Amino acid sequence: MSASTSTFPPVGRRRRISDTGDRIFAALCTAAGGFVLVLLGAIIVTLFIGALPAFERFGVAFIWGTTWNPVEGREEFGAGVSIVGTLVSSLLAIIFAVPIAFGIAFFLTELAPGWLKRPIGTAIELLAAVPSIIYGMWGLFVLVPFVQKNIQLALGEQLAALPLVGFLFESTNFAGTSLFSASLVLAIMILPFIAATMRDVFDQVPAVYKESAYGLGATRWEVMTGVVIPYTRVSVVGGIMLGLGRALGETMAVTFVIGNANRIATSLFDSTTTIASVIAMEFPESLAGSLQQSALFAIGFLLFVISFAVLAISRWLLRPRLK
Amino acid sequence: MTHGIDRRALLMGAAALPAAGSALAQQATITGAGATFPRPLYDRWGAAARDAIGISLNYQSIGSGGGINQITARTVDFGASDAPLTSAQLAERSLLQFPTVMGSVVLSVNIPGVPDNALRLTPELIIEIFFGRVQFWNDPRLVELNRDLRLPRLPVSVAYRADGSGTTWVWTTYLSRISEEWRNGPGAGTSVRWPFGNGARGNEGVSNIIRNTPGAIGYIENAYAVVNRMITTQIRNKAGQFVRPVPETFLATAAAADWSAPNFAPDTIDLALPNVWPATSPTYILLPTNPVADRVAGSRNTMRFFDWAFRHGSQIASSLEYIPLPTTAHDLIRAAWARSVRDPAGNPIWTPSAA
Repeated sequence: MSASTSTFPPVGRRRRISDTGDRIFAALCTAAGGFVLVLLGAIIVTLFIGALPAFERFGVAFIWGTTWNPVEGREEFGAGVSIVGTLVSSLLAIIFAVPIAFGIAFFLTELAPGWLKRPIGTAIELLAAVPSIIYGMWGLFVLVPFVQKNIQLALGEQLAALPLVGFLFESTNFAGTSLFSASLVLAIMILPFIAATMRDVFDQVPAVYKESAYGLGATRWEVMTGVVIPYTRVSVVGGIMLGLGRALGETMAVTFVIGNANRIATSLFDSTTTIASVIAMEFPESLAGSLQQSALFAIGFLLFVISFAVLAISRWLLRPRLK
Repeated sequence: MTHGIDRRALLMGAAALPAAGSALAQQATITGAGATFPRPLYDRWGAAARDAIGISLNYQSIGSGGGINQITARTVDFGASDAPLTSAQLAERSLLQFPTVMGSVVLSVNIPGVPDNALRLTPELIIEIFFGRVQFWNDPRLVELNRDLRLPRLPVSVAYRADGSGTTWVWTTYLSRISEEWRNGPGAGTSVRWPFGNGARGNEGVSNIIRNTPGAIGYIENAYAVVNRMITTQIRNKAGQFVRPVPETFLATAAAADWSAPNFAPDTIDLALPNVWPATSPTYILLPTNPVADRVAGSRNTMRFFDWAFRHGSQIASSLEYIPLPTTAHDLIRAAWARSVRDPAGNPIWTPSAA
């Protein structure tokens, strides 16, 4: 023992590292994590408390009531039109966006030469970074007149004369601001999210699976439909739900082009409204404590519930990929 | 070298400090919030009054509803609303309401070949159009009224304000006045259930729909229509005359209004007098009648500000296409200030010498 101390140079007492810093850091991080939960809870509670007078007054029928009348003395509110408008515009956007997103992802993972993959991938990510108000302006000044002149006025009557589906195109609204325009703008806005998710999950398919399929003589299309899509199906649906979640809550771009009419759209070219548009339009003029403000809180709460459900489903579907 | 400049600048800054300090002491700031319609005017009045009487105005155009909320919570010196409040609403919030200027709502159309202020519309046809019951512009009823115009076979599209607004309040009040069906149906308010058409945000949104859509018609604020050279229409007023949306018809409405009406809310919509534009209405200021001690100065300065604006601001108002009130109205408003607005000790805050 004494020999060893003499052979090694003498060392001082080992400095003990205090764990106070660690503890403070851990506590701060835990608090930050907990803060998110508290914040989320507080938002839900605030919305619900604000919404309570409307829910008490109209009951469950608020959800499917189609009257939205803020005129003083005859107030009556129902979320039906805006809920339908929100869901239909978002679903149409998905229908428009998914085939194109699939094309982009297919091209990037299977067809594109290596030097082209990166610029196109970056372009998609940039598209996702464009602020929504820009899409709204572009929609209002470019897309709406285009839809009005080149689709509705040029083809509207022929489309309306089609058997079975003609009613989808028959409308007395010629302003160009319509469910169709809103869905197109939304489709462009969510396209990058869906395309990027699809590309990422397609890339994760083990090369050996695809090579085996090619080895058996499968074509590219057969590899895509027989190997890649079955392997990634759940994640692709998760990516689509992610896009849907974004489409549901989109406000300004939709407000600019949907026409803001509290009427159920019976045709693609009719104007209607969405939950987010109604809130954006009417909140600044609603009096504190009025039934109108409460009804706006109530549809906000419903939008929260819908978005939460959609995002929860998408998380759940994407779960295996995120691990 | 740079040091030298810095030092000189510092010295100059130090020399300027006392002067800046005294200037600040003279400047009083009042804060207001509310209607978007009079914002350009209040901004110009604020800039002019800062130089003239040392009161600068911080006005936030957050909308009439927001203005009422803020003044009810007493977070500002005054609120501003396009639609007048009822006596009950004013009493509940302890507010005095007075008008500053008037504005008009006009109809704007986009019909190729139809020049400005040429299209004539009757109240009956306006109602039919806003209910969506006139399908094409070459409807026989429209053609008969406008024999000198060539009206094309274009679908009629109605554009309206989707955001709550005083403009909508004025227009729907007019529609309710001229039609019982409208009064019992959509009614009058800052936003209503429109039976037909497309909604957009703000005067600019409605104007955009009108410009982009051949066959569109919509109501917009006159100042916005003039500045943006929108094509407007004639309307037949209650006296049976077709009137154009021009300053003479607006001023006729202002002169005809009964400013001794309670809460300064005279009925100015659809008057049965010759030469009056039927959709003209004042925009209002809401002032607490019982300001707390530390808001008394703000209350006094608010009244000084509008007193100055009434004396010297009419020119600015006219140049921005607002309609100034007659001087008789100004005197009645000053009398109301002296009568109604009291400090916590119960003394009137406004005295004619305070100006």
